[in-house]
Amino acid sequence: MTAGGVFAAALQGVGVAAGAPFVVGGMRQVRARLEGRAGGGIGQPWRDLRKLLRKQVVTPNGTTVVFAFAPAVIAGSALLIAVAAPLFATGSPLDSSIDLFAVVGLLFIGTVALGLAGLDTGTAFGGMGASRGLTVAALVEPTIMLAVFALSIPAGSTNLAAIVSTTQHHPGQVVSPAGLLAFVALSIVIIAETGRLPVDNPSTHLELTMIHEAMVLEYAGPRLALVEWASGMRLTVLLSLLANLFLPWGIGGDHPGVAGVLVGAAALVIKVAILSTVLAAGEVFMAKLRLFRVPELLAGSFLLGLLAVTASYFFVPALGGST
Amino acid sequence: MSTTVDVAPAPHTTPEVIAHPSRVGAAVLSGGLTAALGVAGISLGIAGLFHKVASVHIGWLVPLVGVQLNLDPLGGLFVTVTGAVAVPVGVYLVGYARHEHLPRLSLAVLPLFVAAMLLVPMAGSVTTFLLAWELMALASLALVLTHHRRAEVRTAGGLYAVLTQLGFAAILTGLLVASASSGADTFAGLAAHLDRMSPGTRSVVFVLTVIGFGSKAGLLPLHAWLPRAHPEAPSPVSALMSAAMVNAGIYGIVRFDAQLLGPGPRWWGLALMVVGGASAMYGVLQASVATDLKRLLAYSTTENMGLIVLALGAASLLSSVGARDLAAIALTAALLHVVGHAAFKSLAFLCAGAVLAFTGLRDLDQMGGLARRMPTTTVLFGIAALGACGLPLGAGFVSEWLLVQALIHAPRGGDSTLALAMPLAVGAVALTTGLGVAAMVKAFGLGFLARPRSEGAAKAREATPSMVIGMTLAASVCAVLAVAPVAVGPALRHVLDTLSGIAVPNTPRLGVMLRLPGAGSMSPALLAAALAVAVLAVIALAQWGARHRPEPATVPLWACGADTLTPRMQYTATSFAEPLQRVFDDVLRPDTDVEISHYAESRYLVEKVAYRAQFTDAIEERLYRPVVRGVLAWAGWVRRAHSGSVHLYLAYGALGLLFVLVAAR
Amino acid sequence: MGWPRRIKRIGRIVESATGAPGPAVAAPTAVTGSLQIRHVDAGSCNGCEIEVSGAFGPVYDAERFGARLVASPRHADALLVTGVVTRNMAQPLRNTFDAVAQPKVVIAVGDCARNCGMFTDAYGVVGAVADVIPVDVTVPGCPPRPQDIIDSIRSVTDR
Repeated sequence: MTAGGVFAAALQGVGVAAGAPFVVGGMRQVRARLEGRAGGGIGQPWRDLRKLLRKQVVTPNGTTVVFAFAPAVIAGSALLIAVAAPLFATGSPLDSSIDLFAVVGLLFIGTVALGLAGLDTGTAFGGMGASRGLTVAALVEPTIMLAVFALSIPAGSTNLAAIVSTTQHHPGQVVSPAGLLAFVALSIVIIAETGRLPVDNPSTHLELTMIHEAMVLEYAGPRLALVEWASGMRLTVLLSLLANLFLPWGIGGDHPGVAGVLVGAAALVIKVAILSTVLAAGEVFMAKLRLFRVPELLAGSFLLGLLAVTASYFFVPALGGST
Repeated sequence: MSTTVDVAPAPHTTPEVIAHPSRVGAAVLSGGLTAALGVAGISLGIAGLFHKVASVHIGWLVPLVGVQLNLDPLGGLFVTVTGAVAVPVGVYLVGYARHEHLPRLSLAVLPLFVAAMLLVPMAGSVTTFLLAWELMALASLALVLTHHRRAEVRTAGGLYAVLTQLGFAAILTGLLVASASSGADTFAGLAAHLDRMSPGTRSVVFVLTVIGFGSKAGLLPLHAWLPRAHPEAPSPVSALMSAAMVNAGIYGIVRFDAQLLGPGPRWWGLALMVVGGASAMYGVLQASVATDLKRLLAYSTTENMGLIVLALGAASLLSSVGARDLAAIALTAALLHVVGHAAFKSLAFLCAGAVLAFTGLRDLDQMGGLARRMPTTTVLFGIAALGACGLPLGAGFVSEWLLVQALIHAPRGGDSTLALAMPLAVGAVALTTGLGVAAMVKAFGLGFLARPRSEGAAKAREATPSMVIGMTLAASVCAVLAVAPVAVGPALRHVLDTLSGIAVPNTPRLGVMLRLPGAGSMSPALLAAALAVAVLAVIALAQWGARHRPEPATVPLWACGADTLTPRMQYTATSFAEPLQRVFDDVLRPDTDVEISHYAESRYLVEKVAYRAQFTDAIEERLYRPVVRGVLAWAGWVRRAHSGSVHLYLAYGALGLLFVLVAAR
Repeated sequence: MGWPRRIKRIGRIVESATGAPGPAVAAPTAVTGSLQIRHVDAGSCNGCEIEVSGAFGPVYDAERFGARLVASPRHADALLVTGVVTRNMAQPLRNTFDAVAQPKVVIAVGDCARNCGMFTDAYGVVGAVADVIPVDVTVPGCPPRPQDIIDSIRSVTDR
């Protein structure tokens, strides 16, 4: 627990909290430009959030504290992951308390909170969103765990800082069969977890095609702001983790100075910008999958993860004594 | 199973019948005795865990061999867990028995059941063990048949009796083979004379004991009694059975297959992993589509026992390839999960019992809206559900974390069995966790939140104080295990010391920070604290712009413009589970029926569409029925040998005698 | 031709923005440039809907002025109502209006929404939108041009 680490963790929290709407705005802007439109600008989600925070708080009849506090839980869990994960530097004080399995568990807590809120409304769409959202989350669990497994093998540990440092010092293992398969599996996981095409369309108006949106149809004003901000943060955090776990160059070390942290921040901004642009551009070419084709996609990603892990059992890379 | 209402025998939500004083007395006596036995169990267990307790031999109680009682750390752990489950159940029983008018016979047998469960881990010889085991089985059968006037209870009791006795037959055969080949009756003797047993004999004993103890623990394929017996038994009995009795099966596997039979060949570990993994996935799948709350919890027990046995199998496999420190981690995970499961499962069944007592409902499709009417029960069930999920902040998270850590750090180097077994095991654990979360969200969200779906749920009221106190006791244990597993750390270390055949002596330390050398670290307490801080920070941030907001308002639900949203329009448990049912249709094979009724005036106008889904246990359908048919066919064939002629029977006798004389020569 | 080549060939198709018409009503919550709109068809012939979908399409692109169509009235600040209010839609329209959180704005698009247009005195009609819920901005035309619809939105977002 060093001063540099604490500074990096705090800056990560502030950075992800402030930057998440820009990531969402950037993705919308990329889609708009590819569709030939002008788009609202990357600052549009922040304008929307500011406006939502000034709106009335409405509580639907019959809902309980679960509905009232679920947005705070999902936003809080996303913020906690942003502070604990190695995004700008690897020296976060929470790194030894929250390893990759705990991160997966925190993401799941957010999904569960939102699912319970959807059920709490007592509307048919809320229940539908909860049911579908939890089905997708349940089926994506095996792939996540296998991807974590594959990532932890070279590092010998599931702590994120250890994985990032190992990849920094042995960049060759990213292009190994295990590394590439794990990257593809993890990308599919991120698409499923954040509700992007082809699993779910975040801008759909047809309730019967919604998964994530259906759970939040009853939210208005500040609670809706928290929900949208939280899903932006989850997307940002997951893309940052994908970037740093596989391509960690530029990230600050265990005892980073101010300059190291700022360099890490700049590197992450560039990486997330590239990844989000690629994701948004890919979405332009894809249509949403039928709901009951999604398990097939997830089963395919599970197989990729399984192959990644099994491959690493047989191709043990020479890591200079850290096997 | 089906979506029709299954009303409990004596629902009392309106003016309570004044309880007869002697009935009140019986309830208090029974509950008090159970709780006292629990306290005694906890003290005995802790003594066994941390101190050396002298063994007791009572020669006169049983002819020829006597009763041998021996309390070592392993037995001590299970005695403590049983005692710790009995205390809240006893306190809860006081209120429950009065409200539900349990018959006096059941109230009398219940403390006997607890005593038998406490005796099983304390048994020091094969005979004592089998006697205590059978006493436990009979007592539980009597308790399952409490409401024997109902047909479903009788069927469930019958199936339970058959499967228990089948399991007992397997255990009996296995232990007798072990005892005979090693020439000793006491466990100490068995361990000392292990070399007299050939590897083939040891494998036979292993298979028989795994089948027998697995049946008691609710593992596939002899698990079918669990989802039938638990819903029909009274809830305190279900809590005791699911949280304490199934542990006896685990105790048996650990005692005999891990400790006494010593480290075995590789296929033992693989077999345990396969059985455990299959039970876990099948159990949680059935739980995720179950609409009866107690059936859901019963299948969840199968799931958790499957995970524990998976951990035991992993420990055995890892130790057979030489990774004994990882085996220690896997064993710690298994034992910690035993403790955690006892805590959250007993709490869950007690809450389900409270719901059943005060709404008359077990069917999730009819429940709902209990958060406002039974707030304490809702919160307590939430704690249990969080523990059953395996999510952080739940009582089951640390053990699952340890298990996955042990699996993923298995040594590499071209061993193809490990290369395939470990990733598949991780995948199985992950799928189990995911589906378990879906099942618990269904149970909690549909059972307790939103609005009541039936009259019974609308008329619910909070449970009586003794029931609430009992549930709170169990909940506090869950909360402690969730953030501070360090509380059970020293106890687990003592237990692992006795299992030195599999694990290394210095086992993982469960402190505030769980640090596994060369593996990873995590701190449940710091995670919980950090999450609380993060949520509070977010709530504070959300106050930005608050002064511009108009007054808050309570508004009707958005019904897409329609005027009213009736409670019938809410999602039900059947609809919630429908996507999962579709995905896993091949395994579940539900009986679905869609009935469309038309208006009398015109066949083109639909009046009502009714959808019914009936889930039966697939193993029961596809395994038991053919086996039973085969046995009946064979019995019919054997019947032909009974022609009624005395001369033929005499000839049979003579032939048999000749055969025995030849064989014994 | 493959999609990437088509995208490259068509390029930017949106018409350049004209000058802002100036605010007609105060932007809800005084945050300019952000308006979530929920469209309600109270009984329209769908002529206005076609123009609205054109307004939110690539050529006119209302999103660049901060407007976005949303699925639920709870997520919205403004209701975009088209068509004359028929008997069946009167109560749903009121329910939708009540479901929007304060502060809110109502934009009535088309002659039918303004003053019943050609359906005045029809038997299935309750009245214009202003007879059922309070209206802040109206857009004349049968149907109004997408440019007029965009101008009315810009008069609320002030961007």
